[in-house]
Amino acid sequence: METLIFFYFAGVILLTATLVVALRNPIYSALSLLVMFFHVAGLYVMLHAEFLAAIQIIVYAGAILVLYLFVVMLLNIKREERFSKQGGVALFLGIVLLAEAVILGISRGIFVGPAHVPPQGEQETSVGNTESIGEILYSTYLFPFEIASLILLVAMIGAVILTKKGILESKSP
Amino acid sequence: MNVPVEFYLVLSGIVFLIGLVGVLVRRNIIIILLSIELMLNATNINFVAFSSYLGNLAGQVFVFFALTVAAAEVAVGLAIIIALYRHHESINVDDFSLLKW
Repeated sequence: METLIFFYFAGVILLTATLVVALRNPIYSALSLLVMFFHVAGLYVMLHAEFLAAIQIIVYAGAILVLYLFVVMLLNIKREERFSKQGGVALFLGIVLLAEAVILGISRGIFVGPAHVPPQGEQETSVGNTESIGEILYSTYLFPFEIASLILLVAMIGAVILTKKGILESKSP
Repeated sequence: MNVPVEFYLVLSGIVFLIGLVGVLVRRNIIIILLSIELMLNATNINFVAFSSYLGNLAGQVFVFFALTVAAAEVAVGLAIIIALYRHHESINVDDFSLLKW
């Protein structure tokens, strides 16, 4: 049963990821990315990461994708872009790299049998997922957490400065 | 938990490859940024799968940090796109060759 649910999520994720790259209209690409984010959140719930599933929906689907759609609507793109014209080189390099990967995989025995992952320790089921993440985030990873807030501050200032009028045009009055 | 961890790894590998192909093949800057989001999501799936199967919460904390960096990247990237569009009236990467030799 659980395998069936996993294959449903994986199939939808692969389909919508392909559509993001293949569709010509950026709005449709962003909307299929939205569907993919929801299914990745479902995958997180299957893996007992409920906090991350909620964060995925709130931050990715709620904030980042709305920003994308906002910019796509703002720019009024005329859909004249095309794929790049380096198909021959790309095909050659792809075949070489794929052959390399297959040879390496066979020689290391990856395709022979599944690797054994030792299930050391179990999920802390007595404490909730959010609570245990909060504890580890504010004790062990306190310094990276502060740096992450600094990154957000820098990004905010950078976005404001970059979109100000007259930054790029100031050299040619 | 009867889904083997290899399934998650193969899934995230394929999603990462799709994102990489999108970055290399498409010429629209917005689609390129969306493909970068695909690659970030693939690594996040990998992190959460290992974190769940090894019983270690550090992977989920790192997904949290990757999310922060993704949000910052989107803010700065879209600001750059708007500045470029204001300057060049285009979002096709072939039109931007200022730094090319």
